[in-house]
Amino acid sequence: MNEQDQLMQSSFQTRQDHWGKLVSYFCITVIGLLVISIIYFIAARGLNMFIKDGVSLKDFLTGMTWDPTVTDAHGKPEVGAWPMIFTSFAVTILATLVATPLALAVAIFMTELAPKKAASFMQSVIELLVGIPSVVYGFVGLVVVVPFIRHLFGGTGSGILAAVTVLFVMVLPTITSMSIDSLKNVPKNYREASIALGATLWQTIYKVILRSAIPGILTAVIFGMARAFGEALAVQMVIGNAPLMPENLISPASTLTSTLTVGIGNTVMGTLPNDALWSLALVLMLMSLAFNLLVKLVNKKGVSRNA
Amino acid sequence: MLNAKKANQLAMGIIYVLVGLVVLILFGLLGYIILSGLPHINWQFLSSAAQSVGEGGGIRDQLFNSLYLLVLTLLISTPLSIGAGIFLAEYAPKNGVTEVFKTAIEILSSLPSVVVGLFGYLFFVIKLHLGFSVISGAIALTFFNLPLLTRNCENALNDVSPLQRQAGLSLGLSRWKTMTKIMLPEALPGILTGVILGAGRVFGEAAALIYTSGQSAPTVDYSNWNPFSATSFLNPTRPAETLAVHIWKLNTEGLVSNAHAISSGASAVLIIVILLFNLGARYLGNHIYKKMSARK
Repeated sequence: MNEQDQLMQSSFQTRQDHWGKLVSYFCITVIGLLVISIIYFIAARGLNMFIKDGVSLKDFLTGMTWDPTVTDAHGKPEVGAWPMIFTSFAVTILATLVATPLALAVAIFMTELAPKKAASFMQSVIELLVGIPSVVYGFVGLVVVVPFIRHLFGGTGSGILAAVTVLFVMVLPTITSMSIDSLKNVPKNYREASIALGATLWQTIYKVILRSAIPGILTAVIFGMARAFGEALAVQMVIGNAPLMPENLISPASTLTSTLTVGIGNTVMGTLPNDALWSLALVLMLMSLAFNLLVKLVNKKGVSRNA
Repeated sequence: MLNAKKANQLAMGIIYVLVGLVVLILFGLLGYIILSGLPHINWQFLSSAAQSVGEGGGIRDQLFNSLYLLVLTLLISTPLSIGAGIFLAEYAPKNGVTEVFKTAIEILSSLPSVVVGLFGYLFFVIKLHLGFSVISGAIALTFFNLPLLTRNCENALNDVSPLQRQAGLSLGLSRWKTMTKIMLPEALPGILTGVILGAGRVFGEAAALIYTSGQSAPTVDYSNWNPFSATSFLNPTRPAETLAVHIWKLNTEGLVSNAHAISSGASAVLIIVILLFNLGARYLGNHIYKKMSARK
């Protein structure tokens, strides 16, 4: 080998780096492919009912009766998913409405009011809440919340109220910890300026800190909603699992996730009742994507406003 | 009209009441789970097999399955997420492709676990004919765990002082060597903490497992160490009901007369193990940090 070739050859380090780069590209590509295949497979299965079985999207989204094994007077399958879609949204929105004030109170307490020790105590309290598995929430809901509601209001005790009670505790830590981050990001001189103008602590918190942290808090709330919307087992255990339009907060109902969990094991792959369930999964996935998009929009607005 | 001082007092009062409420809910919840579960936990409960009808028996197999799945999941997801974390922290070019990858990770982290489980069911259980098995379950849990670990890894690497990186590069080391031999060890406490916290999440997950690792726990032979033998406890192609799935099943099917007692005990075991993970993460993080930074 002549000298020129030797000089032109890439060094050991360069080759090592190429190899390393390849490994890291491989890992990230695996994750990327994974997400694409999840979306593709769920979408392909979920669209099956509309393409193969000819169910119209309108019947699916607005129909009131969910009983995929039977057909109605016109020979069309009963796959109205509106009661479940409605219940999923109702449970999500109510749980977030209950959780958000509590989460904001804890976040304000930890960032603005608490001495260091109390703040770190609350921090571990929140971390513990995150760690409790959803089946345990469901189990406690089943043996504590449901009997309690039955005792207070009669009926079976299962229903939206029980689901909301369980869910708001589940999303509380999510909303809290993200709100804390956004409150911490408010520049210190905002606080000082407000106090220097003679504002009380509450005026400072309400008119200055919370307002400038709004994009972050909104993001936190949306993440909480996404978590509530997608939670399956805890909800399934306490909501009663009747795919009907809920009459009130304590009548048995069913969400998208609970219908899915119960149904997939009881239907045969490729049949219409099974396809109908995959369509529910598709709705669930699209909603999750929508929540993601919403977060992106909120963040963009927040950035352009602060810039 | 409320004056500013009164409003201030009122608002502070409300905040303190709400914070008190949250603390109360948490301690009520934890206290209830542990106090109602502890009386049912004994050696018999932990070491005997579950029965599907009549008296429900113990949780031996479920507990083992949960731990086994956890180990397999971590074995698959940790290297992958470290690789992806290195990509994001070091190699990622600032362009659209990187943005797509980042979005993909965000999407994966917010997908409901039941959807991830259903994908696992569709692809691994049915398409690849793996059946309800430990390996299908471990892969589904990996999906669930990947985004969290990757982000954690990226953050841990970004937190390392840039001086370390510059020093490595100026010594003529390749970027890859700098990352794996200088940055990674430095970021290890952060990465480990993330792995252990993720482990707690994985340990309690059930929705992604119902249709991947299955809802039955066949009797296995704990003295058979050959992973390819059908009766071995290490066999990755057998179905494996975990502790969390067991609790769910007991409460939704109701074939067992003392379902309540067993679920209370199993919930307490679950919570205690997760608490240990949390404490372990904290201790290990501090310990390694002290050891590596020689700070007392």
